[in-house]
Amino acid sequence: MNKHVIVIGAGVAGLEAAGQLSRAGIDVSLIEREKMTGGHLNDWFKLFPDRRDSREVKDYLEKFTNNDGIKLLAGIEIEKIINGRGGVKVTTSEGKELIADALIVATGFDLFRSSRKEEYGYEIYDNVYTSADLEKMFRKGKISLHNGKSPETIGIVHCVGSRDEKVGNLYCSKLCCVTAVKQAIEIREHLPESKVFCFYMDMRMGGAMYEELYREAQEKWGVNFIRGKVSEAGEDINNKVIIKVEDTLAGRPLKMELDMLVLMAGMEMSEGGRKIAGLAGLNAGENRFFAVTDQHYGSNRSSVKGIFFAGTCTAPMNITETISHSRAAATEVISYLNNK
Amino acid sequence: MKLEGKKAIWSEYQKEIEDDHYFYVRSCIRQNFFPGSEVAFLRIMRDVLKKDVYEHPCHTTCSGIGYHGDVVPVDTAMTVVARQFALMTEAGYSNYVPSCITSFGLYTEILDTWHHFPEVEERVRKQLRQATGREFKVPGNLAHASDIIYKFRKEIAEKAKYKLVNKETGEPLRVVDHIGCHYSKMFPSKGIGGAEYPYVLAGMIEEWGGETIDYPERRHCCGFGFRQYLVQANRGYSVACSKEKFDSMKPFKPDMIITNCPGCPMFLDRWQYVINEMEGTTYGQNGEGIPVFTYEEVAGLVLGFDPWDLGLQMHQTDVEPLLKKIGIDYDPSDKYRLDVRSEAVSNEILVNA
Repeated sequence: MNKHVIVIGAGVAGLEAAGQLSRAGIDVSLIEREKMTGGHLNDWFKLFPDRRDSREVKDYLEKFTNNDGIKLLAGIEIEKIINGRGGVKVTTSEGKELIADALIVATGFDLFRSSRKEEYGYEIYDNVYTSADLEKMFRKGKISLHNGKSPETIGIVHCVGSRDEKVGNLYCSKLCCVTAVKQAIEIREHLPESKVFCFYMDMRMGGAMYEELYREAQEKWGVNFIRGKVSEAGEDINNKVIIKVEDTLAGRPLKMELDMLVLMAGMEMSEGGRKIAGLAGLNAGENRFFAVTDQHYGSNRSSVKGIFFAGTCTAPMNITETISHSRAAATEVISYLNNK
Repeated sequence: MKLEGKKAIWSEYQKEIEDDHYFYVRSCIRQNFFPGSEVAFLRIMRDVLKKDVYEHPCHTTCSGIGYHGDVVPVDTAMTVVARQFALMTEAGYSNYVPSCITSFGLYTEILDTWHHFPEVEERVRKQLRQATGREFKVPGNLAHASDIIYKFRKEIAEKAKYKLVNKETGEPLRVVDHIGCHYSKMFPSKGIGGAEYPYVLAGMIEEWGGETIDYPERRHCCGFGFRQYLVQANRGYSVACSKEKFDSMKPFKPDMIITNCPGCPMFLDRWQYVINEMEGTTYGQNGEGIPVFTYEEVAGLVLGFDPWDLGLQMHQTDVEPLLKKIGIDYDPSDKYRLDVRSEAVSNEILVNA
């Protein structure tokens, strides 16, 4: 009889882990609370740094997991997790009980809810958007303001909900800087006459080809990078967004009138992940993502026997890192099952 | 602007405000600036809302003006505040209601300090004991006087004679609400509506028929800023701050400004006159200024108090065009006559009931 593994979450991490396990001859039950697989890939248009359409990655993952060894349970919540000698027993919202030899948690991340940074006026001022909102506009092929017109001056705020003690997130989400650079270029491509200003604390371009993209944004696309944190946003009588920011390189405060303000929302432990943590008795670390047993050699292992982690439920990661981490999770599970 | 977004924030920042039996402490500067406001508060609370409000004759400044002006050390400020709490305790009250925003901010800061550092509270207790022989309990409830009026805004609306509505057009008056910096910028959870979109005055305005204006410099300082004004060499900066706000709010055509801080109405009112003298600029409609009010004055006006009993003759920016716009029945010739003071303002309300 084949071994059986339950994977919770069918985003990038869950799909990749499920595919790898299935390829190794292990039966997989892939449980997803949404009706559609793919997670955040569904909300993003083009990916950094190569500007590939996110659908290509999603297609790869879905083809990889489209086989008889993987049973997809979509639109299903998990209500109970019991870990015993006989394995892991999971009860779903439909009352179905699944028993498996191991469990992989791949619950991913939630985007920081930008309205929590009240001073930026998201969901209050008409022309304040998030990086996710902008991706939807890119997908539609039209960047437009609340009144339907095209913006001419656009400000992009980095680190919204990241490296911010006020909202309780001290960590760097790692991907917002490169997302800002990518989106700034895309805005300039869509709207060649526009002016784009990025407000950053530090440019953290720690990935392959990120630095090159940052250089391209400046040299080819004329994106303005201003080192300073936006302190507040307001709205004037003409629906322009008025921001205050300190230019820390020039050493002076700035007040700027923008047509559009875009907030680079950071990554947080997902709500679904928090629920699973409670059900399975899994610990969260200081940054509220799942705590792994060792940052160097145990980043897929939980403190509970038979339960493993894959992807951004443990820390912010890009897609490349998420896929690598998920493959490592599959390897860990296979090793665990072989020695069980 | 999406009101729903603001409502979501307002719902997150509410606070408990007691229903009755208040120990009220006056501001050390408000009676010089707008002397009718604190009397109006007492009149509304005692005569209109029938609440028990106690004032202690031995109450002094909280020393917050010196603390924020960098001339009073924090230990001195804490000991002075401890003495005020001792007066409250001796009088048998526990609901502390300061009239001043800076006092409210100082009390909030001190209570929070004592909460996190109990040894500091013990030190202050010892200092107070040595200096005065007094003991105290910390307040069971701390609310600014504008919180109290906010709490009873619906009751005031039910008893109102006037609304914040243009009598001629039937349109709501467009009102700028300016919140004192020390109300919630230091402790957002202690202010109704939080720090970024405070609701304490906006709630009154809405309930009394007006509509609030959100303009880009809404959060900006009124210009008082303590050292901006108290240090004479800085006064140009003070007037520049006020001008920044007026320039920003002008396109929204405000009918009036409402404030909840001792300094804000003073500077927003007086500096309009100064700017007019300096540059010939006015910010209201028809070449007039934008009248500036305290929330007690506005509450008094909607309740039908005589404008001159409220002390509106002490304003530098003319309030009479607004009184006419609302349709308030008043006699302009009574403006500076003391002998016709309304009987409603009896001496009784100036002492403890």
